[in-house]
Amino acid sequence: MASSAQSGAHGAQGAGVKRRDFLYLATGAAGAIGAAIAAWPFIYSMNPAADVLALSTVEVDLAPVQTGQRITVKWRSQPVFVAHRTEDEVKAADDVNLEELRDPQADSARVKKPEWLIMVGICTHLGCVPLGQKPSDPRGEWKGWFCPCHGSQYDTSGRIRKGPAPANLAIPQYAFLTDTTIRIG
Amino acid sequence: MSEPAWKNPAVKWIDERMPIFTVMRHSAIEYPTPKNLSYWWNFGSLSGFMLVLMIATGVVLAMQYTPNSELAFDSVERIMRDVNYGWLLRYVHMNGASFFFIAVYIHIFRGLYYGSYKTPRELLWWLGLVILILMMATAFMGYVLPWGQMSFWGATVITNLFSAIPLAGKHIVTWLWGGFAVDNPTLNRFFSLHYLLPFVIVAVVFLHLWALHTSKSNNPLGIDTKGPQDTIPFHPYYTVKDLFGLGVFLIVYLGVVFFVPNFFGEPDNFIPANPLSTPQHIVPEWYFLPYYAILRSIPDKLLGVIAMFSSIFVLFALPWLDFSRVRSARFRPVYKKVYWLLLIDVLVLGYVGANPPEGPILYVGRIATAYYFLHWLVIVPLIALFERPKPLPTSIGTPVLGAAAAASARTMEKA
Amino acid sequence: MMRKTMFKKAVFAVAAAISLGLTVSARAQDEPHFSKQDWSFYGVFGTFDRPSLQRGFQVYKDVCSACHSLRLLSYRDLGGGGAIDGGIGLSTDEVKAIAASVQVTDGPNDQGDMFQRPGRPSDRFVSPFPNEQAARASNNGALPPDLSLIVEARPGGPDYVYGILTGFKDAPAGFTVNQGMYYNETFAGHQIAMPPPLSDGAVTYADKTQATVPQMAHDVVTFLTWAANPELESRHRIGVKVIIFLVILTGLLYAVKRKVWSDVH
Repeated sequence: MASSAQSGAHGAQGAGVKRRDFLYLATGAAGAIGAAIAAWPFIYSMNPAADVLALSTVEVDLAPVQTGQRITVKWRSQPVFVAHRTEDEVKAADDVNLEELRDPQADSARVKKPEWLIMVGICTHLGCVPLGQKPSDPRGEWKGWFCPCHGSQYDTSGRIRKGPAPANLAIPQYAFLTDTTIRIG
Repeated sequence: MSEPAWKNPAVKWIDERMPIFTVMRHSAIEYPTPKNLSYWWNFGSLSGFMLVLMIATGVVLAMQYTPNSELAFDSVERIMRDVNYGWLLRYVHMNGASFFFIAVYIHIFRGLYYGSYKTPRELLWWLGLVILILMMATAFMGYVLPWGQMSFWGATVITNLFSAIPLAGKHIVTWLWGGFAVDNPTLNRFFSLHYLLPFVIVAVVFLHLWALHTSKSNNPLGIDTKGPQDTIPFHPYYTVKDLFGLGVFLIVYLGVVFFVPNFFGEPDNFIPANPLSTPQHIVPEWYFLPYYAILRSIPDKLLGVIAMFSSIFVLFALPWLDFSRVRSARFRPVYKKVYWLLLIDVLVLGYVGANPPEGPILYVGRIATAYYFLHWLVIVPLIALFERPKPLPTSIGTPVLGAAAAASARTMEKA
Repeated sequence: MMRKTMFKKAVFAVAAAISLGLTVSARAQDEPHFSKQDWSFYGVFGTFDRPSLQRGFQVYKDVCSACHSLRLLSYRDLGGGGAIDGGIGLSTDEVKAIAASVQVTDGPNDQGDMFQRPGRPSDRFVSPFPNEQAARASNNGALPPDLSLIVEARPGGPDYVYGILTGFKDAPAGFTVNQGMYYNETFAGHQIAMPPPLSDGAVTYADKTQATVPQMAHDVVTFLTWAANPELESRHRIGVKVIIFLVILTGLLYAVKRKVWSDVH
């Protein structure tokens, strides 16, 4: 009897099948769409919340940063190195055979104004924060930055020269709002 | 009896090594279900749906919530204001608790009316009661988490109850609190347990369904199925009926979520917890009100606690208190009247629980409490002893012979 | 059969009578008195009246913020965007200007000191007092509550808060008002520690609306309802779509159910 009941539901052929199948199809499709729409908030809620996004840009006043001084600024929970480069540092950064670089990049491609170098202070090897922001810090052979974790050395343009890091220190998105303020992010 | 083979080779390979697909086919597709189940039988699957929804929303909310007394209230507000769709997830979870209890209470009262607790379903009934108790513990701890005034003071009142336990009471309460009052340690451990218990509920639900599949479902007539002529496969009949019922349920539930999300709430819980200031009226959530009324109706602290817990524990004895062989109230005219009286009594207790125990309400509460226990301990056994039930129909329905028999059974159902 | 349904009805009637009788139990003198108002945000299709929101914000800023914090909101919320759309309809520049007009404590700086700086949209609303004790000290021991959720934290919600703001009257003959308290028609017990915050013309509205006490009360309550429920308009909009979808889907499911069951019935 169970089987006859089952065939009763699925059995009858002919024009009835088309109408019935359409109903099942339409309902199934509507249900699937509803389930997908219902699932969306669960997934989307894991994206950065409004307060996290609000802190995704930071404005930095460059006026107090002396020539030769390097400051660290927090942006999106990460350290950003803001270096007011001396003429010598800029010259050393330009005076480079790009072929020799592991991650070839001209200095001019890394800065908007040559005296201001702005880059994310996270070593591209395994994520430590390189030393070199303070004058007393080791800066490596190229007088840029030196990562104490595994010995990566960056030049005055933040490019990788020696050690295991595969890439140059990242340049974040930034813009000059005035001659002495930037917005990062 | 040989099983039909699985066509899909991947399915076949897995099933040969672990027959999960065969089990699923048995229990969710072929499962022989009485063909006469009414819509009152939808509330089991509705409860199961709510459990899954509560876990899904809960896990996602726990990604954003901070269980520290200094930060909890603000973290919930952050969810409401800053987290993408946070307000929706929170309102679904918050009102989900209420609708979970609505579904479960209707499910239980269905069981009481149709005798679903009677042999051979005693263990099924007990597992259901265990699920109810776990739900109540989970809901109680969940309400503490937003750390509002009612969260804090409700936790204080209910945890203080355990001090009524003779000798060890005070130590037990200190142990529960992790301190000298409800405070951060209490909140932290409630969060841990609130996350854990729903998964314990899932395990007990699995046992509940296993017990159900062993005895098979009851039905509105309360008589056993005699053979395949009385049953239909669960799929597609009850899958489709359950989905329709779910649709109706969701319209009501999401109507509340989107348009009156704070209907079941308390204004006082929008005020951050203040240990130095007690709200004028401490009220638990609506699904606890009858037990709260029973607790407060007895002037002695320990006896009040015992009465409150007994109001659930007495139900474990129900299969033996109600020893009538007839299951369904349709054929038990006296029990039926008394069932409605019980329902009204529980609603009255709920109303009493919502109001301060003063004046006439206090007396109403005491009478309603006394009646509650009288119902289970005296009235129901007496009815089982003396009631003359109506004659039962011979079967659930036979398609061939049935016209006359089914017609006479139908007239009896209407009575 | 009739007797059974009659019996059921009688029992229900008795229970209903008891319940009704008990609700009427008089503790009326302790309960707040206020009447219902018309609010644009009520009902399934309710929305916020944007000009009213902006006027209400002005009232909060010019009058209430002297004593009441709004600490759950950030200045960026005024412009909407992010998780909640709408805001009160201010542009990004207007929001920046409002934030910049206040001083926010930040720090410590490299010397270890806290310092003041102009606000940014990402900052929370500045509180008038640094902590509860300072608030009480400036207000005769009373604590002006934070207003972020006040509309939800009081039974009666917007109607109640409106009733408080418009309920300051001269005490009736024979009623003694205690030292430092003020007579209020709405407040339970009729004595409130807050001096009447609104008087006609207390605020000069930017959009030139006449600033009567009922007008200001209406606007600030609208603003505060938004502050407590910034997601309201999204919630209503999505809710209507969800319910309509569910009604259609449930209708389809009913048709499927009837079809599948047609051979059993």
